[in-house]
Amino acid sequence: MVFWKRTLPVAITFMLGITFMLQYYVPHPASEALLREVSVWNQIIAGFAVILGVASLLQSHAQKIKRKAPGWGYSVVMYASMCSMLGFGIWSEGKGEGTAFGWLYTYTLVPLQATMFSLLAFFVASAAYRAFRARSPQATVLLLAAVLVMWGRVPLGEYLLPGIGQVSDWIMNIPNTAAQRGILIGISLGAIATSIKIICGIERAHLGGGQE
Amino acid sequence: MHGSSWGLGTSEGHPEERGSSFIIFFLLFLPLCFLCLPVVAREAPLEFNLEAFDMPGDGGGSIGLRWQFPPLAQLDHPSSYVYRIFMSAQQDGEWRQLAEFPTNTYYESEVSSPWWVWGAKSPARHFFQIKSNSDLQLANGKLYFFKVVLTDGQHTVASVVASAVPQANLFNWAKLNNLVFMLAFSATVLLWIRRARRNPHIFLRRIPGLDAVEEAVGRATEMGRPILYLTGSGELGGSGDPSNLSTIAATIILGEVAKRTASYGAALQIPHRAAIVMAICQEIVKEAYLAAGRPDTYKEDMNFFITADQFAYTAAVDGIMLRERPAANFFMGYYYAESLLLAETGATTGAIQIAGTDAEHQLPFFIAACDYTLIGEELYAASAYLSREPTLVGPLRSQDIGKGFLLVAMVLGSLLMTIGELLGTPVLRTALEIFSDFK
Repeated sequence: MVFWKRTLPVAITFMLGITFMLQYYVPHPASEALLREVSVWNQIIAGFAVILGVASLLQSHAQKIKRKAPGWGYSVVMYASMCSMLGFGIWSEGKGEGTAFGWLYTYTLVPLQATMFSLLAFFVASAAYRAFRARSPQATVLLLAAVLVMWGRVPLGEYLLPGIGQVSDWIMNIPNTAAQRGILIGISLGAIATSIKIICGIERAHLGGGQE
Repeated sequence: MHGSSWGLGTSEGHPEERGSSFIIFFLLFLPLCFLCLPVVAREAPLEFNLEAFDMPGDGGGSIGLRWQFPPLAQLDHPSSYVYRIFMSAQQDGEWRQLAEFPTNTYYESEVSSPWWVWGAKSPARHFFQIKSNSDLQLANGKLYFFKVVLTDGQHTVASVVASAVPQANLFNWAKLNNLVFMLAFSATVLLWIRRARRNPHIFLRRIPGLDAVEEAVGRATEMGRPILYLTGSGELGGSGDPSNLSTIAATIILGEVAKRTASYGAALQIPHRAAIVMAICQEIVKEAYLAAGRPDTYKEDMNFFITADQFAYTAAVDGIMLRERPAANFFMGYYYAESLLLAETGATTGAIQIAGTDAEHQLPFFIAACDYTLIGEELYAASAYLSREPTLVGPLRSQDIGKGFLLVAMVLGSLLMTIGELLGTPVLRTALEIFSDFK
């Protein structure tokens, strides 16, 4: 059992980790072909995993309906939506243009997605209000930088305060970029160290269970 | 590969055919020859020094051409000339024109390749790369012929024919610096893991976001509300997916959080966008409950799949937050535009929120809307911090060494670049290519 759950996955991780680490440095077509092949395997695995996902979705909502859990009506809506999309999709032979399936996608799903995305504008405003309350020296600096950048990015700002655009660009290109690069360096080193730990089998928590 | 020059003039026949009449003609018109020097000089051979070569460090199907502009003084109006690049499968075969460009473009100095691959780049030399594309296929291992023609529409100067064979290379030498640094850093990581095993007492600075995990789980238990844990939008989508590692980091932290929820007896909900991640998390949570000695409280439906669609997932998770009002929300892993929609909704419910991501563009949103945020590397340090396992804590020290090295390299590099610019020498700039990323 330990072999199947720990030893084999760690061995496969080590072998593939080293192979694809070296693959980055080998431009030979055989190396590229290997990468493409593995990407196809990955897609196949992801395709099978969708079955797991859908099964989980149907099961969890079925239980909610069965138990009449709070909000079980939404689960009924989920079942109805899924069945209708699936039914129309099969009826339309998967074609989108000029079919009921395409109509449902374009006039139901896309507007719903757009609605969710558009909420972002209001959420940005409320988050900005919370972040920019000058309750500490750091928050005050954040507030000042944000005001300068906002004024520099709108035509009215440049009209009222000529040169504010350059100040805004300076804030974005110098301190902001410097901070982002600092974060990126930390992320990169952390990512490499984590990769080495995973490849060498030192970090195995993602396989379930603790460390060695 | 090295070509010799081609002349402007056409052949006038063999010397023996011309005979003595040529000598008489030459002596009589010698003064006139001096008057016409510029015209005759233009007809003298012009040096292109054309080289054709297989492009280094690629998968084949590509040839580089390098040549020099013939001395300008020998042309009447050099600016009116253009280069034309020709290729043929046979030396005396049909020539196909591949490109035409002004003579003040395509310089070798514009080539993005390090000095240890390319050598010294002359600002006077031209460079043109011929690559396989939909119109042109260069087969590896086959000999191809090339020539460069300089023309202003009336006069034409052609280089000698040069040939090269495109080949697939086994190593991209331009990435040698990358490999060396990667191996050096890997060795440092492994060294510190070994040292940490011998001396497990390594100092870790406080990370408030991770200290708050205990508090968040305790609070949820006291309030009798669930804990919502998100692993982000990463799908473990294979090579090139920027979210892979942060998603793995999120699943590792989930194991530590699950141990605590198991110990406290708090409810845990983990909605997923990716079925593969869900399958991994099911195993992790099950093992965590087993490790905490509470396998009886583990439920299969703790992990559940919602949808792979970004905003449908966001709407569903927002709905869970508003209906079930979790006491603690964890946003770990990689996020896109949904980050603020999730974190802001969570903030309105009054939940304690801990986020951790390496998606640097989403960090400001989490910082604004969450109580604690693990910034970039802290996400990767989380499992070491929470477990205090020496073999996991050791690499954190190697990361510090890596940061120190990069800091020194940046300061020294900036100084050397400044000195190089002040002295007007490109040598220092070239030497610093060892810190550049080449493809």
